[in-house]
Amino acid sequence: MTTASVADAPGDALKTGNKPVRQSLIPGSNPKTFWIYLIPGLALLTLIIVVPLVWNIYLTFTDYRGIKPPEWVGLENWVKLAGDTTFWTSFGNSIAMIVAMVVVPTLLGLVLAAMLFDLIGKKFGGKIASFLRATYYLPQILPGVVAAIVIGWILRPQNGALNQVLENIGLGNLAHNWLGSPDTALPSIMVIMIWVQLGYPIVIFMAALQRVDPELYEAAELDGANWIQRFMAITVSIIRPEIFVVTLTCTIAALKVFGPIYTLTGGGPGTSTIVPAYYAYSEFFQSQQVGYGATIATALTIVIAAVSVVFLLAQTRLERKEEER
Amino acid sequence: MSTTITVREPAGPATPTGGPAAPARKKKNRSSTTRKTFGDWMILLVAILIGLLIAVPFFLILINSFKSPADYNAAGPLTLPTDLYFDGMVNFWERVNFPEKLWNSFFISSVVAILAVAISLLNAFALGIGRVRGRTWIVLLILLANMLPQEVLLYPLYFMFKTVGLYDNQWAVIIIFVVIQSAFGTYLLASVLGTFPKEILEAASLDGASRWTILYRVVYPITKPTLSVLIIFFFIWTWNEFLIPLTFLVSNASQTVPVSIAVLQGDRLMDVTTTSASALLGLLPTLIFFLIFQRTLTRGITAGAVK
Repeated sequence: MTTASVADAPGDALKTGNKPVRQSLIPGSNPKTFWIYLIPGLALLTLIIVVPLVWNIYLTFTDYRGIKPPEWVGLENWVKLAGDTTFWTSFGNSIAMIVAMVVVPTLLGLVLAAMLFDLIGKKFGGKIASFLRATYYLPQILPGVVAAIVIGWILRPQNGALNQVLENIGLGNLAHNWLGSPDTALPSIMVIMIWVQLGYPIVIFMAALQRVDPELYEAAELDGANWIQRFMAITVSIIRPEIFVVTLTCTIAALKVFGPIYTLTGGGPGTSTIVPAYYAYSEFFQSQQVGYGATIATALTIVIAAVSVVFLLAQTRLERKEEER
Repeated sequence: MSTTITVREPAGPATPTGGPAAPARKKKNRSSTTRKTFGDWMILLVAILIGLLIAVPFFLILINSFKSPADYNAAGPLTLPTDLYFDGMVNFWERVNFPEKLWNSFFISSVVAILAVAISLLNAFALGIGRVRGRTWIVLLILLANMLPQEVLLYPLYFMFKTVGLYDNQWAVIIIFVVIQSAFGTYLLASVLGTFPKEILEAASLDGASRWTILYRVVYPITKPTLSVLIIFFFIWTWNEFLIPLTFLVSNASQTVPVSIAVLQGDRLMDVTTTSASALLGLLPTLIFFLIFQRTLTRGITAGAVK
């Protein structure tokens, strides 16, 4: 690496003369010499991410309780995982989290962003629109656990705000131990996650909408397209890159969700709100089943990686189709 | 040498996101602020109602943090407090030693933000401007840090930091988050620097500037607006993190604000208004950052989304 930096400008230019030019943006300096800037970043990455990741994969093939050294057991953990109903329940709950953190916020976010930008922003002024946008975004800035505590406080079984309100308006028989009973715990968490998540797509979509050329709308309006037709044909197709970014990042976040479950229900009652991240955590630190916890975490990683790859492939394919058209 | 560069600075890629576009947009809006139909008013009403629905929890937390438990039990959660009651707030503040937690969070988040931006800039300089070979793959590898569920790292890191004696030490958390946050920073900055105006770099290298000088005297000042957005992002993201601080900061004195609040939730001594006060104290710092940095942030979110 250091020798390369000596052979700088002229020789390098000759060498790359007949090949497709591989050059840095700084004229006369070889890209190879820039490796030195990557050293601290890549060294830290190796130490903090790559080594633990590989180590973790190794642990999935061991029985390890944190005291005696890990004992090789082959695929035992993976076999156990495949037949573990708690694990499959946790992934089922992940789907509920995807509904609450991706599907609902993205769809609702699209409609609300278009509403704020197109109708309210244009007819009532940008100030009202950006004020409302900031309000919708508010839950996003909270630490996830604090957001959960805020809503958890409202849902308290004894003297919680929601139950008190229900009693005050004469619906006392609807009062409920919202987070403590198996039938309402998961829906309650979903409502919390929708509340937390909604502002993110709205802010991103509203920024994206600024790219839409108003003349397109006017032309469509002259052609007799109604608001919904214009919305589907113009808005959605133009801001599609942002829709992809939002769905992908939110899906990853939904699969990784941990804090609200930890603070509100601890996966319970029973396993009704357990998610893979929390399940792995409890195997690590409560049951001391490190090998099995590592297996759950690795399975989750594989799912996240697969989802990301599928998304990115779909996105490039769509983009290519668009270009061909 | 440096003078020629500072003259060129404003021409750089620094400005296009914010300033000039905004007033133009506003003017366009104002010109069409005309006919409002009944339907338009209804939609505005719906939008405001949704806003209220989202804000109600904040409002409930605010009024109930200053109520005595007796007042709460008598009048319910919806009334304003009969007289201001600070005991809940004071109790919680003293129980968790809140100033200490604030300082811990502030210290960890600021160090992470600064170091992570430095690493991001170094990485992005090599990837975006240096065009190191295989850079797409390197970016993907680095992005892994951001995509992985943190549970995967938990046990090995726990073991590693325990071995080197950094377990239950804030520097363990700092190092981990420098890597995780700089992954996003590298991804964003590498694509920003990939479109860095070539003429400026040429001029600098004709003046005989070394690559370090170019990085420090040319690239750094021109990308400063993006870097400051990243600093704010990293600060807030690190502030809000939970799982890793929870695992690595076990002793009370080293905990962060979200961890200290979450840990006390099951506590029997937390009566209804004290819990409310704890939630209020937990959300206040981020709310203050949001109000201070709102503009930079919305601009930054936009920049992040388009990439």
